[in-house]
Amino acid sequence: MDPRKNKICQKPDKQNCQHNRQRDRREFLKGAARVAAFGGAAMLTGCSGTLGSKEELSLRWKEYFKKHYRLMTPEEKDETVQRLERLAKIRNGVNIQMSSAAPIDGVLFGYAFNVTRCEGYMECVAACVKENNLDRKSDMQYIRIFEMEHGQMSPEVGNAKFFHKVPVEDHFYMGVQCYHCQNAPCVKACPTKATWQEPDGIVVVDYDWCIGCRYCIAACPYYGRRFNWNDPVVPKQDMTKKQHYLGNRMRGRGQMEKCTFCVQRSRSGRLPACVEACPTGARVFGNLLDPDSEIRFVLKHKKVFRWKEDLGTDPKFWYFVD
Amino acid sequence: MKKIETMKEFVSFFKDTTVWSLSGGLVYQIYLCILAALMVLGVYAYFVQINVGLAATNMSDIVSWGFYIANFTFLVGVAAAAVMIILPSYIFKDKDLHKVVIIGEVVAIGALVMCLMFVFVDLGAPWNAWHMMPIIGLFNWPTSLLTWDVLVLNGYLVLNLLVPAYILYCHYYHRKPNEKLYLPLVFISIFWAFGIHLVTAFLYQGLPARPFWNNPLMGPRFLASAFAAGPALIIVVLVIIQTTTSFRVEEQVFNKIRRISVVAAIINLIMLFSEVFKEFYLPTHHSQPAIYLYFGLKGHTALVPWIWTAIVMNVIGTLTMAFNPGKNNPKVLVPACMLLFLGIWIEKGIGLIVPGLVPSPLGEVVDYAPSWVEVSITLGILALGIFVVSVLLKPALMIEQRYEAEQGQ
Repeated sequence: MDPRKNKICQKPDKQNCQHNRQRDRREFLKGAARVAAFGGAAMLTGCSGTLGSKEELSLRWKEYFKKHYRLMTPEEKDETVQRLERLAKIRNGVNIQMSSAAPIDGVLFGYAFNVTRCEGYMECVAACVKENNLDRKSDMQYIRIFEMEHGQMSPEVGNAKFFHKVPVEDHFYMGVQCYHCQNAPCVKACPTKATWQEPDGIVVVDYDWCIGCRYCIAACPYYGRRFNWNDPVVPKQDMTKKQHYLGNRMRGRGQMEKCTFCVQRSRSGRLPACVEACPTGARVFGNLLDPDSEIRFVLKHKKVFRWKEDLGTDPKFWYFVD
Repeated sequence: MKKIETMKEFVSFFKDTTVWSLSGGLVYQIYLCILAALMVLGVYAYFVQINVGLAATNMSDIVSWGFYIANFTFLVGVAAAAVMIILPSYIFKDKDLHKVVIIGEVVAIGALVMCLMFVFVDLGAPWNAWHMMPIIGLFNWPTSLLTWDVLVLNGYLVLNLLVPAYILYCHYYHRKPNEKLYLPLVFISIFWAFGIHLVTAFLYQGLPARPFWNNPLMGPRFLASAFAAGPALIIVVLVIIQTTTSFRVEEQVFNKIRRISVVAAIINLIMLFSEVFKEFYLPTHHSQPAIYLYFGLKGHTALVPWIWTAIVMNVIGTLTMAFNPGKNNPKVLVPACMLLFLGIWIEKGIGLIVPGLVPSPLGEVVDYAPSWVEVSITLGILALGIFVVSVLLKPALMIEQRYEAEQGQ
């Protein structure tokens, strides 16, 4: 992509900034804030007149110097959540409700995918994009559905770029996403501990702690991670307002992200968006520690398998056939 | 009183070396200006990248590391290769090599500066780089291999700055440097040199997700290719110094460094052959990246011309340096060194990083070539490295020459 063609990303010069055009101003602020983060206080104090409200500046300042999520006290978590809500209001005029809900005791999430049932409608992909506020500009998707011919059972031989009526005769469909490995190579790779596994088994990223080195992508054998190469864009009216700090809150450029089993939903007893959206019931999600859960039923009564078992990653994501 | 004296000594040392490093004839000034222009280009391109994000590069979720990391990997080798001059000159007391050891050390400093810059420009959120610093950030050591690399690279830079700076400082004041002070550091830096390249290899080697990298030969091969390419570069630098300054290098030195490079280059080719044999005798699913690299896959052949060019350069360079038809004549030796150097650069840079990532874990194949932003930033960093080497070497050689003349009297 040639950045010169990309108007949104161009930083307007100083003259533009003095025009009272809100849009240009906001673009300028974005750039300027980054420069400020670089250059430090001198830049900030010098330009505070043109940089927007004092409130926004002080919120951004505190956000920049906040701790790693896991080192925050409950009060500090509340504070950053409030700051992020307020910043979303000031900068984009959206009212979001952000949570920092902790994992529930006695819960370990697991997922199963019924290869027989899936017919490739991709409702799950659309629901995931919407629910998780994925970047519309680069068309980011956590879930990919591979169309496969009979005879082999590995997405590597399938086709994830099909644009035709489904299901196609003599084909079956296989969805892939982050498998939330119990022994996750990506977690080991991260130089700043910005990604880790929560006690309920979800592998999460502290977006604001990530430095964007992308070693975790290299370490992941399942293509489970996505990087924000540009500033993510989500239209205001399409934004999911119920957010979680570790989940679907807005990310920034240069940050890593991934499927979180919809932590904003699953920790309040709801199913992930993909499971809810699936029209054929191919997706099963639940608590692995609850013997009466549907996921435990599948593991007990169906023939299940996991992909790339030989790598020892111990994914919490099983495939099965009826 | 003594403190003030030492302070004064320091100030005069810095003043003189700075003046020496920047003053020179018209050609030298033009040379510095060209380097400065390239650095300005790099800075401009970096501002574009900061504004747009890494979308200004041609990297993607599939080819998530590209030109920057490729250059980084190769240059770690160049930095480590200084040990091939340091070891014989300090430990075996080789008099010939001892005269040029400072050049090896300065080349290592330049290479390390470039390495650290390449890693930095590759970061998606450089404003968060402080998150990785021990104490104020969270340093995932010893679990993450990347933290090891940060430690060993910075440590090696410090070692390579300290030892030559101390020796030069003493020579500047016509004193004999105290061996007890610097030899322990030299010993550490020798082990450290092997460390930086092994750790960098382990960064890739430790990932079962990437079969092309997950190969126990990676570390040893990194060392062999580094000890071939690094000394080859040092020969080129020596010839440049020989022709542009009054510093004399004896023919014996060229011969010794050439031999070091040849031995390593041959070992490197044997290991390359061993890798190729494993991939193609009974190709498995894990041979897909090698097939992509050498022959192309699903119609994607971007790397094929590059890798074959690299292999041809590698073989011709190695053979020419081994049989030495020019009897160390620079007119033959320099092109041979350049061939070997560039061949290894391609093979261990882009030819190592991209096939590690393509095909993707889901079997998808894409092609990658750097964008103008990546190329410009890379040129800027290379210019910075050459600049660092130039401005450090110039005063260093002047001090050494003066000291030697005094010793000779």
